[in-house]
Amino acid sequence: MVNVVASTPGLFPLPDPAKTELSDLKGHQKSDLVDGEEGTDVSAVYDRVRTELVERQQAAGLDRIVEGQARWDDMLAHPLTVHDNVETGGIVRYYDNNNFYREPVVTGELTESGDMAADLASVGDVDGLQAVVPGPYSLSKLSSDEYYRDEAEFLGALAEFLAGEIESFPSVETLFVLEPSLVETPPGDGQDAAASEAIDTVADAIDTDVVVQTYFGALPEKVHAHLLDADIDAVGYDFVTDHEESLYNINEYGTKDDIALGVVDGQNTRVETVGTIRERIEWVQESTPGADFETVYATPNTGLFYLPVNRFEEKLDALGEAATTEEVHA
Amino acid sequence: MTDTREQFRPEGHPNDHFLLTTVVGSYPKPKWLNRVRELYEDELDCDAEFDRQQWQGATDDAARIITDEHERAGLDVVVDGEMRRTEMVEYFAERIEGYEFNGPVKVWGHNYFDKPSITRDVEYDEPWLVDEFTFTDGVADRPVKVPITGPYTLANWSFNETEKTEEQLAYDVAELVNEEIGRLVDAGARYIQIDEPALATTPNDHAIVGECLETIAGGIPENVRLGLHVCYGDYSRIYPEILEYPVHEYDLELANGDYDQLSVFKETEFTKDLALGVVDVHTGSVESVSEIKANIKKGLEVVPPEQLTISPDCGLKLLPREIAYGKMENMVAAAREIEQELDAGTIDVSAPIASADD
Repeated sequence: MVNVVASTPGLFPLPDPAKTELSDLKGHQKSDLVDGEEGTDVSAVYDRVRTELVERQQAAGLDRIVEGQARWDDMLAHPLTVHDNVETGGIVRYYDNNNFYREPVVTGELTESGDMAADLASVGDVDGLQAVVPGPYSLSKLSSDEYYRDEAEFLGALAEFLAGEIESFPSVETLFVLEPSLVETPPGDGQDAAASEAIDTVADAIDTDVVVQTYFGALPEKVHAHLLDADIDAVGYDFVTDHEESLYNINEYGTKDDIALGVVDGQNTRVETVGTIRERIEWVQESTPGADFETVYATPNTGLFYLPVNRFEEKLDALGEAATTEEVHA
Repeated sequence: MTDTREQFRPEGHPNDHFLLTTVVGSYPKPKWLNRVRELYEDELDCDAEFDRQQWQGATDDAARIITDEHERAGLDVVVDGEMRRTEMVEYFAERIEGYEFNGPVKVWGHNYFDKPSITRDVEYDEPWLVDEFTFTDGVADRPVKVPITGPYTLANWSFNETEKTEEQLAYDVAELVNEEIGRLVDAGARYIQIDEPALATTPNDHAIVGECLETIAGGIPENVRLGLHVCYGDYSRIYPEILEYPVHEYDLELANGDYDQLSVFKETEFTKDLALGVVDVHTGSVESVSEIKANIKKGLEVVPPEQLTISPDCGLKLLPREIAYGKMENMVAAAREIEQELDAGTIDVSAPIASADD
């Protein structure tokens, strides 16, 4: 029987009161964003928000619980923008969305910072805790480098940096590595193998299930094939943006024994019904006759900060319920 | 194209050269206006006495003050700082049938907007900006520009819950924008700026924006100056294609990136007017006059003075008000000094001179 696990790639919206509260405490300019040295008043708000987000996921019946990444002002670039040896440049567009982040400019060695580990540890003892990190390739595309001065070396350094951060994580059930840039600005020849090796380095840092979530569309065939070379447990596919190509990749090249299915739209307020989510999961299973998945992670395709809070919560609830129903009937 | 710029040269302008100075649109609201809005919204909930008329009075006062502030800074073309508007998509979505709201979403850092959802066919209901323009035009001594969010952005920065494509939604909204601009022109507006920041997010859609602009410009008299504002994106992906659009001026953000994209506009002759961002709206310090003059000179590497408009990168609304004012004041001072230097022939204009029949 297939094990359907309801999970998310994190990056949740802040609850509305915290939006106002943090905005008042921190300000609106580039220099006001999180830098890893927030004062106790700001930290207290984030701690409270983290607890609220964990409780909300538990209430929705999700099988994996993330800390929510509410502090990630710069979205996936966060681990770099808070780093001591990284300067933040102008605000730049975050993929092809109406979102912006401060461009990290790496000016020194990417030493261990412990920033993500501290947030994760502060959740405490929670069943099904899941860590979320940006993938090394996406980080390389979201930042610029003035220190390593070599593309391959920089990618390798980012992978080692992430591996170091992950090694200090508390015990987690699953690690989600988010790699939208593999789709958005895919690596070319040679680079695709390097991207996969970098992911390998990250995955090797932890002895738990590792899922590499790809989104904003389907992976190019070669990039997908190289990604499967990495020692990971599952690839996450975006079945919202491009279900046909995602399916093609799986049927043409195979995939890992486990799979993550982005079946809930993280960027649209139209809420999928429990029935729709179940249909999508079943459709993938029926359409991949060559595969026999052990674990299916049912997830939103993207992080959820794009959504207003009411729809975000409705989507968590639908996802939690769909996975529960699915387990019973599968 | 008809020269639509000269009508905005102030009477008694001190220099032969004229670098039109203006703003993109939004401006910090007086703190008391935000407080009044809270009271008004609270009262809407509990049906008490702080009524629409009092809110109207407060926004009138704010518009009067900010229009005057723009004039005091010396701008040639002014705006009311969008005192009546909330956010560039929200404000319009509230006035268009077919939009619904669910709550704020993040843009960057702690800047949010109430991103609406389009749930059914859009329809024109009440005028959007005619009252705003009429009021501002009535209190201003200088000409007034009307910024209006473009249809592509109104469609693209909304959640689409309909069965239509975003492209079709954009064309539907373009019809409504055309209707609104027609009413604005009837009310006397001569300078309309279409804000399409969404074009920067999805540059491959430049043909869709072009199609929308054709609809928008349909039936608008030739002497009405149409501008397009696009900000925070990779301009190489939309230039030179955008030069084909039926507008007179492109208002671009370049100071934030320290003009690293300037070369994009030098590769192909810039055949329309360039409204150059010369102050960064995301830094909390006022650029000096000499710094801004250096920025203006960057613009002269792209277009001759006759095609150059001086403007901030984007709306100033997130800045402290005194900083916003300082930036405008220095911007105007810098433009006037550059004009003098151009008159005196001490500045070398390196841009290709536009041919006479342009």
